[in-house]
Amino acid sequence: MIIETSGLRKSFRSRQGREKKTVEAVRGVDLRVDEGEIFGFLGPNGAGKTTTLRMLATLIVPDGGAATVAGVDLMRDPGEVRRRIGYVAQGGSTWDDSTAREELVLQARLYGIGKSVALERAARALDAFQLSEYADRKCKTYSGGQRRRVDIALGIIHEPRVVFLDEPTTGLDPQSRAHMWDEIRRLRTEGMTVFITTHYLEEADALCDRIAIMDNGEVVAEGTPAALKREISHDVITVGLNGATAEAATLLDSVTFVSRLEKLDTGDGLRLFVEDGATAMPQVLRELERNGVTLKSIELHRPSLDDVFLTKTGRSLREK
Amino acid sequence: MKFLRDTWLIFARQMQLLLRNPVWVFVGVFQPVMYLLLFAPLLKPALSPLGVTSDAEAYRVFVPGLLVLLAIFGGLFQGFGLIAELRAGVIERSRVTPVSRFALLLGRSLRDVVSLIAQAGIITILALFFDLRVFIGDLLLAYLMLALIALMTSAVSYGVALAVKSEDALAPLMNTVAQPVLLLSGILLPLQFAPGWLEDVAKWNPFSWAVDGTRALFAGDIGNDRVWQGLLIVAVLTVLAVWWAAREFARSVR
Repeated sequence: MIIETSGLRKSFRSRQGREKKTVEAVRGVDLRVDEGEIFGFLGPNGAGKTTTLRMLATLIVPDGGAATVAGVDLMRDPGEVRRRIGYVAQGGSTWDDSTAREELVLQARLYGIGKSVALERAARALDAFQLSEYADRKCKTYSGGQRRRVDIALGIIHEPRVVFLDEPTTGLDPQSRAHMWDEIRRLRTEGMTVFITTHYLEEADALCDRIAIMDNGEVVAEGTPAALKREISHDVITVGLNGATAEAATLLDSVTFVSRLEKLDTGDGLRLFVEDGATAMPQVLRELERNGVTLKSIELHRPSLDDVFLTKTGRSLREK
Repeated sequence: MKFLRDTWLIFARQMQLLLRNPVWVFVGVFQPVMYLLLFAPLLKPALSPLGVTSDAEAYRVFVPGLLVLLAIFGGLFQGFGLIAELRAGVIERSRVTPVSRFALLLGRSLRDVVSLIAQAGIITILALFFDLRVFIGDLLLAYLMLALIALMTSAVSYGVALAVKSEDALAPLMNTVAQPVLLLSGILLPLQFAPGWLEDVAKWNPFSWAVDGTRALFAGDIGNDRVWQGLLIVAVLTVLAVWWAAREFARSVR
């Protein structure tokens, strides 16, 4: 366990006109993150993801609760936590007129690393993030994706055990996003624990080993993407038929992997609830064919993380 | 040790960026040079009631005031650069490192001091062409006064910038502070012309003491009480300003 929190809380006071309001940004978060995994925080904007991340990265002081980060008590020794973690903020972190190499060397040195080692580390990081070609150009000449890679390189220049990435792919085009995912997977290969926030369902699904879904300051679900989806619903196969609906229903009802079956309201098809749609589909096809039932269409629907979010919160994440 | 190293790292980085774009040093000098060329010639006749009979004497009164003005204004507007850095995320990036918070402030303020001294040097050299003459020892002491003022005003500016976090708030705030300070320090015209009440009010303005002290140094009058008084007042205020701003840094940067 590299990060463990219990009851982590934070509220902010804001003022609207004359009225003072207290906004509970994070209302008691319990989390467990294993060493060496990519852990994702999924939720809409304003869910409290960034606030939680900033608390864990020692940037804001929690109002209550407890947390251990990289083996250190967050409340008792934030300075030591700071030395063991990396943090990459949402909005970028490079200066227009500096070059990537200068930024990396400075950042390493701010962590107390000597000059020659800092130069070496910077060169290695530039190489690893495929930035060597532009290393000595000013940051303002970089593309969004390149600049984001410099941000990540800055966050890990001191070789931390955990790195927090706040929305690392927001604002990137699809190609740069895919590139960034590869970089993040590479960090995991190197043994780092990566904690990211995202409001992209696909990102949480494709990139993260485990996720926590956050809404309104609370964690509403936690687990691997696959388990979360399985937990809320089955895969659904919709079969379109030209008549013989009753016959098909009898046939398929006796098949073991179909856990539930219902007729479509339109009367020209069936809906099958199965554990694993991908392996069930060919079997359904074969069963119907063998018994001379002709199919009009067949369609597989697998639950997405959005279905999970919808089930847990009553709202869709996509509408946001 | 760590504090000195961190301060050096921040200072070196800021200097590197400044030298990459030294045009700002010259832009900063432009306004005072205009004063030197277009305003100072009015002074010989205007200052004649004080016994000024030559351009050299007029410049000896005006140039020290101009340099103090440059130090005050140059420092007070450094906060804008910090707000740009806040926006770029550079400050946030420093926050997550174990770097000394005090060094984050001092490294930047020292850059401002160096840039001010460079500007003061340019103006002093230009003034030499107008027959200004000053002893090198007196000049160095005057530069010490200017350095302290720049350190103080830039620290204040950084502290306020961290508190307000927006250019829109910083600009009117700094102007509001700078204008009465400027008018009450006898920079443009010595306060010997002022009516009694105005002179009394000006006595409460530390910068008027600094201007008097710097003028005494340019006049070669190093033994004048105003010299040590000015230096002392400015030094105390500088310590207070740096202490306050460093606390702002530590608080907002944790």
